[in-house]
Amino acid sequence: MSTEPIEDKVLYDYSSRPARLPQPVDAATDKAEIDLDVRIDLYRTQQKLRQFEKRASDLFLQNLVKGTSHLSLGMEAVAAGFGAAMRPDDYTFASYRGHAHTLVRGAPMREMMAELLGRGTGLLGGKGGSMHLTSVEHGAMGSYAIIGAHLCVANGAAWSAQLRGTDQVVVCYFGDGATNIGAFHEALNLASVWKLPIVFVCENNLYMEYTPIDLVTAVSHPAADRAGSYGLESIIVDGNDADAVYLVARDAIAKARRGDGPSLVEATTYRSGGHSRADPAMYRPADEAKAWMERDPIPMYHQRLLRLGVSEASLSGIQQEVAAAVDAATEFAKASLPPGGDVLLTEVWADGGSSWRN
Amino acid sequence: MAELTYREAVARGIAQEMRRDPRLVMLGEDIAGAGGVFKTDAGLLEEFGPSRVRDTPISEQAILGAAMGAAMTGIPVIAEIMFSDFLAVCFDIVANQIAKTRYMTDGQVSLPLVIQTLNGAGVRFGAQHSQSVENWIMMIPGLKVVAPSTPADIVGLMAAAVRDPDPVVFFEHKALLATKGEVPDGELVDELGTAHIRREGSDITIVALAAMVPKAVEAAVQLASEGISAEVIDLRSLVPLDTQTLLDSVAKTGRLVTVEENPRLCGWGAEISSLVAEEGYWSLEGPIVRVTTPHIPVPSAANLEDLALPSAGRVVEAVRRAMD
Repeated sequence: MSTEPIEDKVLYDYSSRPARLPQPVDAATDKAEIDLDVRIDLYRTQQKLRQFEKRASDLFLQNLVKGTSHLSLGMEAVAAGFGAAMRPDDYTFASYRGHAHTLVRGAPMREMMAELLGRGTGLLGGKGGSMHLTSVEHGAMGSYAIIGAHLCVANGAAWSAQLRGTDQVVVCYFGDGATNIGAFHEALNLASVWKLPIVFVCENNLYMEYTPIDLVTAVSHPAADRAGSYGLESIIVDGNDADAVYLVARDAIAKARRGDGPSLVEATTYRSGGHSRADPAMYRPADEAKAWMERDPIPMYHQRLLRLGVSEASLSGIQQEVAAAVDAATEFAKASLPPGGDVLLTEVWADGGSSWRN
Repeated sequence: MAELTYREAVARGIAQEMRRDPRLVMLGEDIAGAGGVFKTDAGLLEEFGPSRVRDTPISEQAILGAAMGAAMTGIPVIAEIMFSDFLAVCFDIVANQIAKTRYMTDGQVSLPLVIQTLNGAGVRFGAQHSQSVENWIMMIPGLKVVAPSTPADIVGLMAAAVRDPDPVVFFEHKALLATKGEVPDGELVDELGTAHIRREGSDITIVALAAMVPKAVEAAVQLASEGISAEVIDLRSLVPLDTQTLLDSVAKTGRLVTVEENPRLCGWGAEISSLVAEEGYWSLEGPIVRVTTPHIPVPSAANLEDLALPSAGRVVEAVRRAMD
């Protein structure tokens, strides 16, 4: 007989906890005033993110991608909605789960795939990998792998826009887990005090790594319930509905661009898979996972576009275009060589080298 | 030529660069309204205004994060961390973010920023406000480390640090703030990675940094009266490191003593000793001797702190051991 107290068993068997189910889709969103062109782009972007991530997942399983990776499968609507509301000269800062956020800015899929495969043609020359995707020329200012740090860095880019007198805006994405680290609170406070042109976007997928976020957080909405502490409005959006996200993003970005300061948006969503490559996500109640899969953002959006009169043929055309691009990126990455050893000692310093002595 | 205190030289060096580059901004705790808790930033708010000289909350991660984000988008920055001990509070931004981002992005990101901070002991502040932590930074690839010992060097090396396209951690020493020195008129721009020979000698090389430099010179003067000719090298920057001046001196003298304020284990003197042992071995005529703070936190009582820190007397004793 086990000597373990029963309560502890229950406490740590997260899969037996009551499911946290998604809200029903807001039917009114169909009627939202969003141009059909924008909606078709949102669909294309979500397809791109989905198919890229699925391919990344397949390549991990084939052991062509080493190390770890954190996918946004199931969460595509958030990056897509914000991406569509941004201007090309705006900045984004992402976490280590940053493939989607980098792609939506227009970073090249071929070089991104090559980076995941550790090739010399990779976006970062093979020096950064999955967790650090960056494309400065597209305003994708980096993917940061220490939870919370990049909120502070993103503030700096917003401060810079303010100092330079541009009306550029920063969008900074992070997970629910980041709301419990000090950097989150330091960043929110400074952004508010300095009225920085920045939108903080919490992708609340209900789990911080392997642990339900509600078990380790003093409030039920880890970002939105903290907004008031920094003089900000509490904003929660259905993160599985690209239109809903787009509308919130448009408002928050416009506010920042007007000089009216930061916003904190909590987008509720769900990972289709585990935290990282190593995680089968067995800690989730089966009915919860099932209910969220039924709220998968992409089929839902597909149905909406059909209701709005877009033909099945044109949607499947988009799917096929994206599939061809993902195939081409995969072939490019596979055909590329690993980085040459000569780059090992480059780019520590701005002179291109790594010397620390004369 | 004007005589300035080390403290006044900090503000002069920053002001020189802010006048030259209208993009340059500064942020930190108590730097604007108060002019710095050590008055090293006095007058900067008045001359450059609150948008370029900004007070921040007590949020070291937010301070250095903002510096990094601004630097990577075209705004050069000086960020002040009030006491170098507080680098531990924001070490993620220093060690994981600022130091690594250029390499990880294969050169897409440049970070022209200076982290200015008050380092070192000698003012009875106790263990959490007295550390010498230049060795913490020296061990991380991607960061440059500067620690001037004179007012003129403060001005010239601050200019060099600000103009450097890479992140530089600039250590000012609390115990030197009231010291005075001649500072040439006009614009001063020095060069990182250049050690200076503060006193020439032929029998032994003493390598020192920041507040240890005047102690090493004092020891050399005392040794001269005993007929020992000691050469004192002020490293001025640890990264980049002027190994040439160091190795040339050891080739001449055949002996080496390092004087550092770091606690014993993994202080920068160990790196210097290893370098000389490896590359200057055949010049050596005796053991390399290190003078350090013992491997203890810095105590606060005046007599204990004085006992802990390297003194001219301990340097003299170390030289005698190296000469045996």
